This record gives sequence, C-alpha cells and structure tokens, in this order.
Amino acid sequence: MKLHDLPRQLRTACEPRKTGPEMATVITPSAGNAPGLSDMWEQRELLYYLVLRDVSVRYKQTSLGLAWAFLQPLLPAIVFTVFFGKLANLPSDGMPYALFSYAGLLPWTFFSSSVSQASLSLVNSTSLFTKVYFPRVFIPLASIVTAGFDAIVSSVVLVGLMLYYHTPLSANIVFLPLVVAIAAAFTIGSGTFLSASAIRYRDVRYIIPFMIQMLLFLCPVAYPASIVPEKWRLVWALNPMVAAVEGFRWSVLGTPLDVRTMGVGAVGAAVVLVAGVKYFQKVESTFADIA
Amino acid sequence: MKNPVIRVEGLGKRYWLGQNTAPYETLRDSIARLGSVFRRQPAQAARGEFWALRDVGFEIERGDTVALVGRNGAGKSTLLKILSRITAPTRGRVELHGRVGSLLEVGTGFHPELTGRENIFLNGAILGMRRREIARSFDQIVAFSGVEAFVDTPVKRYSSGMHTRLAFAVAAHLETEILLVDEVLAVGDAEFQKKCLGKMQDVAHEGRTVIFVSHNMSACAQLCRSAVALQNGQVWLTGNVHEVIKKYLIEVSASSPTAVHAQLALLRPDPALRVLDIRVFQLGNDNRGNFFTHLPFEIEMTYEVTVVERNLRVGFDLIANDGALLFRAFDDDMRRHERRLGVFTSRCQVPGNLLMPGDYVVSPSIGIDPDRWIVHKDVSIGVQLMQIDGVNMTYMDTYRRPGYLMPELAWNVVPRG
Repeated sequence: MKLHDLPRQLRTACEPRKTGPEMATVITPSAGNAPGLSDMWEQRELLYYLVLRDVSVRYKQTSLGLAWAFLQPLLPAIVFTVFFGKLANLPSDGMPYALFSYAGLLPWTFFSSSVSQASLSLVNSTSLFTKVYFPRVFIPLASIVTAGFDAIVSSVVLVGLMLYYHTPLSANIVFLPLVVAIAAAFTIGSGTFLSASAIRYRDVRYIIPFMIQMLLFLCPVAYPASIVPEKWRLVWALNPMVAAVEGFRWSVLGTPLDVRTMGVGAVGAAVVLVAGVKYFQKVESTFADIA
Repeated sequence: MKNPVIRVEGLGKRYWLGQNTAPYETLRDSIARLGSVFRRQPAQAARGEFWALRDVGFEIERGDTVALVGRNGAGKSTLLKILSRITAPTRGRVELHGRVGSLLEVGTGFHPELTGRENIFLNGAILGMRRREIARSFDQIVAFSGVEAFVDTPVKRYSSGMHTRLAFAVAAHLETEILLVDEVLAVGDAEFQKKCLGKMQDVAHEGRTVIFVSHNMSACAQLCRSAVALQNGQVWLTGNVHEVIKKYLIEVSASSPTAVHAQLALLRPDPALRVLDIRVFQLGNDNRGNFFTHLPFEIEMTYEVTVVERNLRVGFDLIANDGALLFRAFDDDMRRHERRLGVFTSRCQVPGNLLMPGDYVVSPSIGIDPDRWIVHKDVSIGVQLMQIDGVNMTYMDTYRRPGYLMPELAWNVVPRG
C-alpha cells in the first residue's frame, strides 16, 4: 500500500541523492540479523574504538595503568618460581625456572584474561546492543584484542628475563605466528561461545573463574610437558592451550616440543573456533529479546 | 514512479513469556508487555506466547518522513527494533535500500572516563559512522552541542545537560539514508529542543527517509508528512499525517473494561474482600485510556467487603513508562474511612496539568495492610496522556521537556521598580 499522496514539490526538490552503489538489506527470520563478514568489515573501525576504549579506560581508571599488563603474568611467575621452582623443584626443560614459568604464563594470561573479560562483556553491554545494531561479536572480540595488547606489552618483561639469563632467542621464532594462531583461535572460539551463553545462562559468570583455575593446572604452565606420562599426552593435548603454551616456549626459548601435541591442539582450536562462532551467530538474533 | 526505500511484508514478531525470560527483561519492557498482552484478546493470550507484531506490511518511499504512532504495546518499538536489526522478526520480510541509522536512545555507549572527543568517535562508530565521516562533521558536532570548552574533559565531569546535548549532536550527524528516530530524542532545555527539531527538519528536507516515533502528536504533525498507526501489533491506518493523527486520537480506544476484568479474574480469592471493577477514565472524553494532559482523570475501584477489616487500604501506584514510581496514593491518606460490609467505591481524581504527555501505568493496590495484599502489581492499566492544550502549549513547537511532571504553577512576572 502506498503511504501518501502528498504534494510532490518537496520530493522533487530533494530527489534521492545517489550515494554510491545501492545496497539493499533484506531482513528475514532466517537471515535474521546476524551480520555477515561484509557488515563486520564495514564497521571494522568500531572494533578499533572498542579496544581503544577498553585500553584507555583502564589506563585512566587504575592507578597502576599499563603496569597491570606486566603484573598479571609477573606476580604468579614469582609465586610459581618460589613454590614450584625452588621448593618443589619442578623440572623446567633446562631453563631457569623464572623464565620458564613467565614464558608459560604470558600466553596463559592472554587466554585467561581474554576469556574472563569476554565472557561477561556481552552481559555488561546489554544497554548497548538492545539499543543499537552493530556486529555484536565485536564486543567479546574487543576484550580479546585488549588482552592481546596486554600480552604484547608484557612480552617486554620476557625480553628482559631472557637478557638477564643470557638466553638466546630461538630460531623457532618463525613459527610463532602459528602458535599465536592456535591460541587466538581457541580464545576467540571459547570467548564468543561463553559470552553468548552468558546472556542466556547467568550461571556462566560463576563457572568461569572456577574453570580457568582448573584449566591452569591442566596446562604446562608451571611444569613441562615431559612430566606428563606418554600415554596420556595426546588426550591431555586436546586442550589447545597445551599446544599454545608449549609452542610458545618452544618458538621463543627453543625448549623441546612434541609435534603431535601441536597437531592435536591446532585441530582442537579450529573446532572450538568454528563451533564458538557458529553458536554465537545462531543465538545472536535472540540477544535483544532475552538480554 | 514507485521507489520504496523500505518495504515491509507480512512482518510478525512473537515473544515468549516464559519464566526464563522474565528476570532478564527491563522493567520498561515488562510494563509495556504487560499492558499489551492484557489489552490484546485475553482469550488468545494462551500460555506464554504473544505476537507483538502480526502481518505488518507497508512501503515507505524515498525522502518521506513518516510518523509511527500507536499506544504503548501497539508494536512501535518492536517494529523499530526489527527495522534497525536489533532483533529478528519471527515472520515476514523487510527490504531496506540504504544504510539505516537508528536513534532509539541517545548517548548509547558513552563512557564516563573518556573525554568528549573520544566519546564522539566511539559513539559515532557504535551508531555506524565511519571515522572519516565523524572527523568531517566533528567541528559541527561540537558546535552543535555547545561543549567546545570541554571537549577534552572526561564526560563524567559534564553536567547531565551537556551530556545529552553532546549525545544528540553525535546522533544528529548520522549521514545514513534511512533514519529511525524514537522520541527519546526530546532532550535538553527548550532552546536545545528547538535546535533538535530544526535539525530533524533539515534531515527531512535533505531527502533522507525518516521514521519518527513519538507520543507528541504536534511534533509528529510538524515533522512528518505521512503516518502509520499501529494497533495491537497490526497496521491500523496509513496516510497523510494529519488525517491519521486525527483519526487516531478520536478512535483509538484503550484498556477495555473486559481486559481489566480478565486481570481481575486471575486474582486469588480472598475471604475479606472481592474486587468487582477497576476503571480509569476521563470525564468528557470517551477515549478510554487515551487522555488529555490538561484534564483530570479518575481512577475508580469498586469492591465488596465480606469481612470487616480495620486496616483495609485501597490505593494505587502511578508508574511512568521507564518504570519510575511517580507516587503511591491511598484512599485513607487524609483520613480513615470506616467500611462495613457491602459494596464500596473508592474514586480518586488525578488533576489535569500535572503529568507530561506519555505513557503511564496505573497499578492498584488493595489489601489488608500489612498482612496481605489482594491486588498488588497484579493489575495494571495503561494510560496514555496526549497534549492538545494546557501547560507548555506556548512551546508545543519545541519538544518534550525533561522530567515527569508538568504542573500548572502560578507564575507572576512584574516589572521591578
């Protein structure tokens, strides 16, 4: 039906400005409102501003500011060094224990702070996505990118430790992007999944700290992979953080690496990434209704 | 030449009213929903499902300015949320030609710790603007908001007026082809509101397509050329804005007595008292539930006392559509009433020239204080106030004022000396 038959003078006075190629958006129940990659690309600057907000807000709000990025892995590294390294005398692949544990805690901290921030990020911004449309996946992604920024900052301490212990950079460093990809895929997959489920199930908030704590001891952060019995190694490696932590140490410090661990981890990370993102997209259209 | 920029076909939206969803909804939604679900055919409100929109279809041509009117719960917000892709429809199809900008709430995503400058960019990006667009209109945004001196100050140090002005300024510079505007835009002082209205008119004259939702009929009439009136989730009227508004104001009937009775029927029986009827009406106005701000309206509660109770209290809450409790009143506020057995009526008059135009909920409370409440949050009756006369008529060309009340006060302006 036609809306009106009003005088047309006004209309002709302002004939549609042709602004670029006409793009038609079609909204249907099935297509829903899940954004495609093109939407995300269109609004990629928003991701940048969300990260900028997270970083600069923390910098302004906390008196320690950026120092938090160092302290997050550094404090547990000190505790680990004293208790596991000195008192319990855990092996450390021939590396000084402090360096060993810090190199493990760096990727671990990226994962744990990503997941704990990302999982609550959506719940904490309901006022945003119930009022404006934008690719919602940016919200958990921004938390993850922010944690990645912290990881880069805290790698300065790692460099310092390597200089202090006269540990040369391993040639394996060329494989670092692969390791980062495994860590990022697993983190993004779990972050998106948990953030979406936290909207529906508020219990997620309470499960996560517990889960992260458990997972820390399942990862070779405080101990080397070599102390895990051979027959359990592949099952153990189903947790992609095993590959991320072991792989990170291997690529930076040149510690030994079980390649099968990496393979299992890479597959696991890819599965989690796809599953997490798919789940997010599936429930995204209902966020505004149930949040 | 037909050139629809928005085409809506057979659009439907179903909500589930389960226990799972209830705790996570905003109070504002809950009130709107409560009102709408009971106002709809109560027989059909079968177990937890209701259709906020049913088979909605219309077309909007490029460059048109369309007012979307309808009572609370008519489906306006749901329709806007679907058009802006905040929520997905259950059925039907929408076709949009061009980028859509939605101003459903001003200042979304403002962060108190960030400076005005940072917030302009962040908020602009959230609203879907590109950095280049924001940078290009940055000076205009700052000038429009009038916060030039504080642009590098954290927003938490802003007054609330500055905050809303800046927020509106960002939103007003959205350069999308289609603009969805909710009435929340109406912010700030009278002068700023005038500026906002002017800005909106400019937008309309630029040939962009605007959908405007408001309870302020005069603003709708000024800003828009066409109108779509929704009722019970369906398109009721479309056409020229003046004609639609006129019909809408005259013909829309709200909160039918049957709907109230349906709510009363769900009450748990009480040995001491039986609620027979609750009515909200405005004398000299047949539009039940659609009242004028300048006239008083009445709340009348009829009940049968079956056991004499000393502490029987009859009253109601008046709630604004954001959930704010404006006041709670009881019939014994001024003096106690003795009630023997029999049928009684407690009637209260809410004066005219007191409330702002908009939606309100009357929520009666009847019970034995403090032992048990027979009616308490079980019944809610939607009241919509529209302004055609009274306080603020001198400035009806501007927007809604802030605040809940708009009382008629005795002003006296005299020359000094």
